[in-house]
Amino acid sequence: MAEGVEAMGLTKKYGDLTAVDGLTLTIPAGELFALLGVNGAGKTTAIRMLSCLARPTAGDALVGGKSVVSQPREVKELIGLSPQETAVAPNLTAEENLLFMAGAHGLPRAEARARAAEVAETLGLGPVLRKRARTLSGGWARRLSIAMALISRPKVLFLDEPTLGLDVLARSALWDVIRSLEGVTILLTTHYMEEAEALADRVGVMAAGRLLCVGAPAELMDRTGTDSLEAAFLATVKEAGMG
Amino acid sequence: MRALNFSRRTAKEILRDPLNILFGLGFPLVILVLLAAIQKNVPVPLFTPESLTPGVAVFGHAFLALFAATLIARDRAGSFLARLYTTPMTGADYILGYALPLVPMALGQSLATYGAALALGLRGTANILWAILAGLPAALFFIGLGLLCGTVFTDKQVGGLCGALLTNLTAWLSGTWFDVSLAGGWFKSLSEKLPFLHAVELCRAGLRGDMAGAVPHLWWVLGYMAAAIAAAVAVFALKMRKN
Repeated sequence: MAEGVEAMGLTKKYGDLTAVDGLTLTIPAGELFALLGVNGAGKTTAIRMLSCLARPTAGDALVGGKSVVSQPREVKELIGLSPQETAVAPNLTAEENLLFMAGAHGLPRAEARARAAEVAETLGLGPVLRKRARTLSGGWARRLSIAMALISRPKVLFLDEPTLGLDVLARSALWDVIRSLEGVTILLTTHYMEEAEALADRVGVMAAGRLLCVGAPAELMDRTGTDSLEAAFLATVKEAGMG
Repeated sequence: MRALNFSRRTAKEILRDPLNILFGLGFPLVILVLLAAIQKNVPVPLFTPESLTPGVAVFGHAFLALFAATLIARDRAGSFLARLYTTPMTGADYILGYALPLVPMALGQSLATYGAALALGLRGTANILWAILAGLPAALFFIGLGLLCGTVFTDKQVGGLCGALLTNLTAWLSGTWFDVSLAGGWFKSLSEKLPFLHAVELCRAGLRGDMAGAVPHLWWVLGYMAAAIAAAVAVFALKMRKN
């Protein structure tokens, strides 16, 4: 479990609103796990806590074996995050964005260059490396965003709605990129059922801040007696009285 | 190391935006040329190069607040800062990274302004160097104010606050375009309690080589500079912790 994720009763409250309610979840090293849920289910808040962007109100989580509550600096050495918005520096070229992120992680210049070239190759960024980020299409910008998250060789990668707003072709291309990432524990959030079905080893269904069930897509369909992940998702949410 | 990496990015983001060059450098130079032309036709003591140039230089520095505030507010809005918060960068890295590149930009503004003024009839003496140095506390005040506003307000709000309001305050209350004594009363009193008039008088004293005359103004500007930077650092750190 040293390179995976283990959440133990992770809770986040904003005043009276409980955004995430006692999230308990284990993601083994190397697994691609998808958190499914409608808008406001608590997926992004869960990722924010796991990536040390929001301090849990209660509970804790181990990311790569380090506590998000007591060892956030150590956790930050192990993770990469691609936020929901593309979050790139618009007036820098794609290559400069990669070098900048490498520097933010403290990589020396020569290593940063080598790493940027490697990540650009993996994500097929060659054609746009010299282009300013603000001129990139949505699909290229998402690829760049994921490349920036990978620049530090993270043990755990958080992808928050990685294909939100992309057209079918760009989404399919990005799925190929995500599938090609090996040796990294990936937690992605999505509200596209087909995305979870296409990419994830296991999925977790969230609604109203609670994790309702966890399993492989086929298991969830079996459990709910449905023939698609979307139907399984709807059945799970309705069964919990949240649909 | 991480702060320098971040400051390189800050510099590129600002200098690659043509609007920044237009407002930060072009606008003050146009005003200098225009008022110098008026001075040629209708001589006014206030618009002699020795009196006018320091005021235009300080006016140019006011745009540094707009640059800093806009960049930070945009970084916050687009989740770029959130991405960076998942790296091991510290609060000091952010503050230095945003502020450091603006210092050479302030010097560049002054060099361009005094260079243009020399071409328009300013007497070339070594005191120009003192005047440029005397402008630095005001530049740092504006940079601190920009950091503060960018941390607190949205990118749309900082456009109004640091763009329209602050540059107008700097223009009206600095004694550059007219002698504040002519307005008298509360206007003069307010001008004397804010840093803009003192910043211009400090630079004018530097240009005259009048060190004794510079000292009282220097304390005013240093006080505002320290307050703005301290508030920016405190609020930025608070916002980081609040996450």
